[in-house]
Parts: sequence; structure tokens; C-alpha cells
Amino acid sequence: MSAEVTAARPAAISVRHLTHRFGAEGAASSVLAIDNLSLDVVQGEFLCLLGPSGCGKSTLLNIIGGLVIPTEGEVLVHGRPMNRPMPDRLAFVFQESTLFPWYTVSENFTIAFKYRGVARSEWRDRTTEALASVGMAEFARHYPNQLSVGMRQRVNLARGIAAGTDILLMDEPFAALDEQSRMVLGEDLSVLLARTGKTIVFVTHSLAEAVFLSDRIVLMSARPAHIKQIITVDQPHPRLPEFMLEPRFSELRNRCYAALRDEIRAAMTMQASPLGTSEGA
Amino acid sequence: MKDSPAASRLIQLGFLTAALTAWYVAGRFSAIPPLFLPPIDAVWSSLNGLIRTEEFWSAIGVTLSTIAKAYGIAVVLGVLAGYLVTRSRFLTAVLEPVISALFSIPITLFLPLFILVFGIGTASKVAYGAAYGFFPIALNTIAGLSRVDRRYLAAARALGISAFGTVRHVMWPAAFPVILTGLRIGFFIAFASVLGGETISSVEGVGRNIALSAELLEPARMYAWIVVVVAAALVLNGAVSAIENRMRGE
Repeated sequence: MSAEVTAARPAAISVRHLTHRFGAEGAASSVLAIDNLSLDVVQGEFLCLLGPSGCGKSTLLNIIGGLVIPTEGEVLVHGRPMNRPMPDRLAFVFQESTLFPWYTVSENFTIAFKYRGVARSEWRDRTTEALASVGMAEFARHYPNQLSVGMRQRVNLARGIAAGTDILLMDEPFAALDEQSRMVLGEDLSVLLARTGKTIVFVTHSLAEAVFLSDRIVLMSARPAHIKQIITVDQPHPRLPEFMLEPRFSELRNRCYAALRDEIRAAMTMQASPLGTSEGA
Repeated sequence: MKDSPAASRLIQLGFLTAALTAWYVAGRFSAIPPLFLPPIDAVWSSLNGLIRTEEFWSAIGVTLSTIAKAYGIAVVLGVLAGYLVTRSRFLTAVLEPVISALFSIPITLFLPLFILVFGIGTASKVAYGAAYGFFPIALNTIAGLSRVDRRYLAAARALGISAFGTVRHVMWPAAFPVILTGLRIGFFIAFASVLGGETISSVEGVGRNIALSAELLEPARMYAWIVVVVAAALVLNGAVSAIENRMRGE
């Protein structure tokens, strides 16, 4: 065990002095995506990364998940460094399009079980259980494109949950949905997570989604990403839709927006001059 | 009704009947010199006699086995080459345009070389058909495997699927429809190449018999052979489409 885990509440994920650059330093096309970012994700918390599009939220999530190796700094998961995907420690939920369309819903689960060494006798039960938890049990034999976008996303969510890891990384999982479905799935997610007690890192650019789901919201700056502010949402899970009607909800949402407004503008100017030259100026 | 498959079949059948009738009428009134187009009934009776001979069936056997060998080699080498090339993005960038450029060269130019190397027997036709059929198969395999959606590959990595498992469960099924198109084109190119090669230079097979009938000024017999090839092409096309639809799960 590492000596780091001595704080009052243990950190499930520790991000230490992370810097990531795309392309070689000094090259014209080089982009500094993340600049010396440190962050602890406490065990069992729901943490949202919120920031303007293109700010490096997804890059940060991919680094935490071991899909991208950072230029500098390190990520510790339960005290051990992440330098490759470790599907037994953390599971990813991507946008809906990553269900394999050539496999049925249940085959999409078993393929993951197979390579994670889950005993064949458990495949069926674990698939059914995970699908049932999102209300999709009767669609096990459907192909993904026979389902609606919202149903596919439920299945995708279930695939992440079925992995049985303590940590779930979610990259804008509801981005492809309309606002109503998004809110409904968000409620379900809140209920589901209150039961499982998983640690979750969730990337979004929806303010309402961030406030509704998170224990803490990490507001990120425009590229190169660093932490601008962290807002705590002190409201127990599962959260009910009534929470959205409370004045506190709007207040938190407005605080997020106020903090991000300048960053969103900065990001938009940067997109106008695509290579992010502002960082060098 | 206009868009129904039955209607289009009916129109296709109508065209065929019209063509055959035109052929019959032309023969009846000697509109075309019989050396170029003998009457349809002469071709029919020639065909009737032909299928009763042993040489007919042995020629069919030779040609079919030559096509099978040529296509088999083209499939194995084409898919393997496509797979190996796409193992590296650099190699794909280097070799894909090269293979594509080679495919634009008429490989028929090399038929005399194949005959020089492999002899006048079936081996040169196998090599020629395999060489020609190789290209569309290799090119489509490269296209399919190198353009797999990267989100699927990221998902596979995140799910912990091994490198071999990713090829088998993600890359192969993602690329399969594109590869299947290559397999189909490759088949018809191998088929045409073997028959063409036999017609140009060989000692046996269907193509050789067509060339020989023409040399001996027996147009009815030549057309009888051509009818056999056309019939075979139609049957094979139907069979290939059926297999393809089945594999695409339609």
C-alpha cells in the first residue's frame, strides 16, 4: 500500500501534477491540453468535470482511465499508478455509439466478461442483473440499432455497471439524448448510484446535469485545462426531480455559469484560431 | 407495382425474350452472316450435341477447378496481405497507394510472362487469375481494417479486450462488409481472368474450346460454349449474391 492513503477519507483517484501536450513541444501544431492539474477523487463520490467544449475534460478522463499516457505527472488509482487500461479497477461508459453494432445487447456484455476472466457460468446472470437495473432486461437479444438512442444509452450504462468495478468513468454519456430523456436517465442514475456506492467521474457540459448529479463539480478553465474552482453540492443521493425546483439548485447552477462564462468565451475565441495560439501569447 | 421486385423481374425477362427473338428472326432472314452470328437453332443443336460429349464435361471440370484454385489463392493472399499491411499505420500509408496503382495496370500484359514461367497448362491460368483477383481483395481488406471507427477501438481497450480479441471481435466484424465487397469483386475478376487466359493461350478448358471453335470456323459450336459461360456466370452471380446476403445477415 502507498503511504498517500492516510487522509480522513481515502482518495480513490489521485491526479498528481498532470500535464498533457498533443504533438511535440515547440512544434507548430503542438497543443497544451492540460497544465499542471492536481485533483483527488474521494471514494464513493460523484465528481463532475465541467468546462467549455474542447477544454481537455475528455483528455483528463482518458488519462485517468489509462487510455492516454500523460506527458508529465501521474494518476494513482487506489494508490497504484495507472499507465494502461485496467478494466478490473475502473470501467468506462462512453457515448452511446460504442456498443458494438454487430453483437446483440447480451453479446456486448459477454465479450467484456470473456476478456476480464469472469466465469462463463456467471455471464448470463450478471448480464440480466445489469440490464434489469436499467429496465432493459427484455432487450438482451436485440441488436443495438434496433433500440432507440435512449435505450442504447441505458444498455451502455448497464455495460459499465456490469463490469463490477468500484470506479466508473463516464464521458458525456447522455450527450446524444434530448433534454427530457437526459433528465430521466439522470434521475435513474442517481437512484442507481445511491445503491451501489461507486466512485464516479463524469464529464459533461450541461450545467443542470452537473448540479443535479454531482457531489462536487470541478469547473475547468479553457485550454490548457486547470481547475478554476470546485463547487460542493451538499444534497444526499438519490436525488429527486424536486431538487431541481429548489432555489438552491438555480443558485448553484448560476454560480457554475458565472465561473465558466469567461472560460467559454475564451474557448470560443480559441476555436476561431484553431491551434490555440493564445497560450503562447 | 412499378417498384415491386416481381415487376422488375418481369421486365428483365421481357428483355431476354426480346433479345432471343431478335436473334431468331435475324437467323431466319439471314440478316447477319452466319459466320458472325449463326441462327439460334443451329447454336441450340450444337449445344445439345456438345453436352453429350465427354470432352465438354472435362473442359468444364478443368475451368472450374482452375477458377477455384485461382480464387482460393487470391482470397488467402489478399486477406492476409490486407491484414499485415494494416498492422502498421505507416505501412498502410506507404503500401495502399502502391497496391492501388498496381491494380490500375492491365495485368493481362503479364499473361505471356505467366505462361513463360508456369507453362501453357492450367498453372499459368491459376497464377494469372490469382494475381488479378488478389488486388480488389487486398485493397478492400486494407480499406476495411484501416478505417475501423476509433471509438470502437477505444471501447475495446477500456473493456480490456486483448489485441487478438480486438482483431477478432471488433476489427474483423467492423471491416467485414467492406471485405465482403472485395471478395465478390475478386471472384468475378478471377472468373473472367481464367476464362480470358484460357481463350488467349492454353491447351484445355472452356476458353480454349471457344478459341478453337473460332479457329476451325465453327461459329455455332463457339456460341454454344459462350452460352454455357453466360449461364454459368448468371448462376454464380446468383450464388455469390445469396452467400453475400446471408453473411451480411440480411
